[in-house]
Amino acid sequence: MFDKYIVCEEGFRARDDGRPGGVVEVRMPYYRGLGLSMVEAVDLTLDGVPVPSSRTTFTVHGNTYPFDRLPEVFDDRWEMGERAELAFETDEPLAPGEHDVAVSVRLRISYMPVPGGGRDRKLLILAGRN
Amino acid sequence: MTIERGVSLYSYQEEYFLRQMSLEDCIAASAKFGANGIELIPEQMIPGFPHLSDAFVDDWFSWMEQYGTTPVATDLFLDTKRHPGRWLTLEEQVASVHRDIDIAVRLGARIIRAIINTPPEVMEGAAPYAEEKGVRLLLEVHAPFHYEHPWILEHLEVMHRTGSPALGLMPDMGTFVKRFPRVVSERALREGADPTLVDYIVKTYDDHGDTHALADIVNYRHGGPVEFGLARQATHYIWSDPRTMLPHMPLIGHIQAKFYEMTDDGTEFSIPYDEIVPVLVEGGFDGYLSSEYEGNRHIQDAFPVDSVEQVRRQHALFARLLGEDA
Repeated sequence: MFDKYIVCEEGFRARDDGRPGGVVEVRMPYYRGLGLSMVEAVDLTLDGVPVPSSRTTFTVHGNTYPFDRLPEVFDDRWEMGERAELAFETDEPLAPGEHDVAVSVRLRISYMPVPGGGRDRKLLILAGRN
Repeated sequence: MTIERGVSLYSYQEEYFLRQMSLEDCIAASAKFGANGIELIPEQMIPGFPHLSDAFVDDWFSWMEQYGTTPVATDLFLDTKRHPGRWLTLEEQVASVHRDIDIAVRLGARIIRAIINTPPEVMEGAAPYAEEKGVRLLLEVHAPFHYEHPWILEHLEVMHRTGSPALGLMPDMGTFVKRFPRVVSERALREGADPTLVDYIVKTYDDHGDTHALADIVNYRHGGPVEFGLARQATHYIWSDPRTMLPHMPLIGHIQAKFYEMTDDGTEFSIPYDEIVPVLVEGGFDGYLSSEYEGNRHIQDAFPVDSVEQVRRQHALFARLLGEDA
C-alpha cells in the first residue's frame, strides 16, 4: 500500500565503516509500526544481483540487527514511515554514480492469510562519504 | 441521543507516513471540520509504542484542550503470529488486549476497536478487565464479514451469553459498498488491466451478482495478476442493506465511516451515506461517525493525495445528513 515509498531517494551512500558496500534507507509499506519479529524479510537486489541477507544489517532508530536475529526481537519495532537503514557488504567498493536498487519487504501480519509487504525499485545515485 | 462526528487519524496515513503532517496537525485538521471525536491507532502514531511516555500523554491532552477535541477511540491489533512458528496462546492474546486497554485508558478513550481477527474467546477473556477499566471492546464488523456470517454469529453468541456491557460491535462501512470503487478499477486500468475484464468485474459487482467465481472467469479469459487482484477485491467488498445493523443497535457503539472517494459533488462514489445515516438515526445510534479515508493507496501512483480535503468533504456530507445546517 506504500510500495512506491519503500526505497528512499535520498540517503544512499557508501558504508560508514570503510568496508566495501553501502547503505540504503528503506520504509515499511504498511500503515502501522510492526514488531521486528514480524519483519520476515527485507531483501535487496543491487544492480540485478541479489545480496544475501547474511551480508546485510538492519538499523532502526540507532539499533542494528543482523537479519537472522530479527525473529527473536520482540521489544523493538519498525515505526510507520520510519527510514530504516539497510547496510550491505559487497566484494568491491561501489562505483560512484547510478545504481539499480530493488527492495522487497515481507511482513507477517496476523489478520492476513498471506504475507504482506511489497516491493520497490529505483535508480539511485551513490553519494560520497562525508 | 445524538450522533457526533469524528475522525480516525488513519485517514491521514499518507501525509503522516511521508512526515508531511504531524500527529498534532492531524488533530488540528479534524477539529477544523467540526470532527471533534478523535480515533487514534496507537501503533501508527505513537513513537515507541507500546510504551507511552509521560511527555507524549501530556502533549496528547494539551492538544485535546487546545483544539477542543475529545479522545474517543483507539484501535488494537492482535498479533497472533508475533512469534515465528507458533501462535499466541489464549492467555497471551488476552494479555495483549489488556495492554491495549491500558493504553486506551491513558489516552482517555472509552472505546477500543477490536480487529476482526480477534477470536470470540479472547473478547470473552478480556471483557472483565475492560469492564473494570470502564472501556468497551467493539469488534469491527469489516468486509467481507456481515451480521449473518458464522464468525460474527460466534461473537454475537458471546456478547449475548455474557451480557458484558464491555462488549459490542463497531460496523465498518466497507460492508456497505454499493458500487465498485472507481479509484480501484481505474488504478487497475493504469496498471494495464484488460478493459473488457475490468468492465466485467465492475459490472458483476455493481449488479450485486455472484462474485465468487470471478477469479476463475478471469483465468478463463486470460487475465493476469492485475485482473486477479481486481477480482479478489470484488470478493472483499460487500454490499448488504444498512438496515441489517438495526437489530444489533444496542451493541453498536462506534462507526468506522470508511470511504474511498469523495467526489466533487460531495458524495461518496461507492458507499451510500445518504442511505446509511438515516438508518443510524432510526436506530437511535448514540456515538461517533468516525471518518476512515482509504483512497490514498489507490490514487498515489498517479495523483497527489489530499486526505484533509477528502475528510473535509465527508464531514460536509455528514453535517448535511445529520441536519446540522438547519
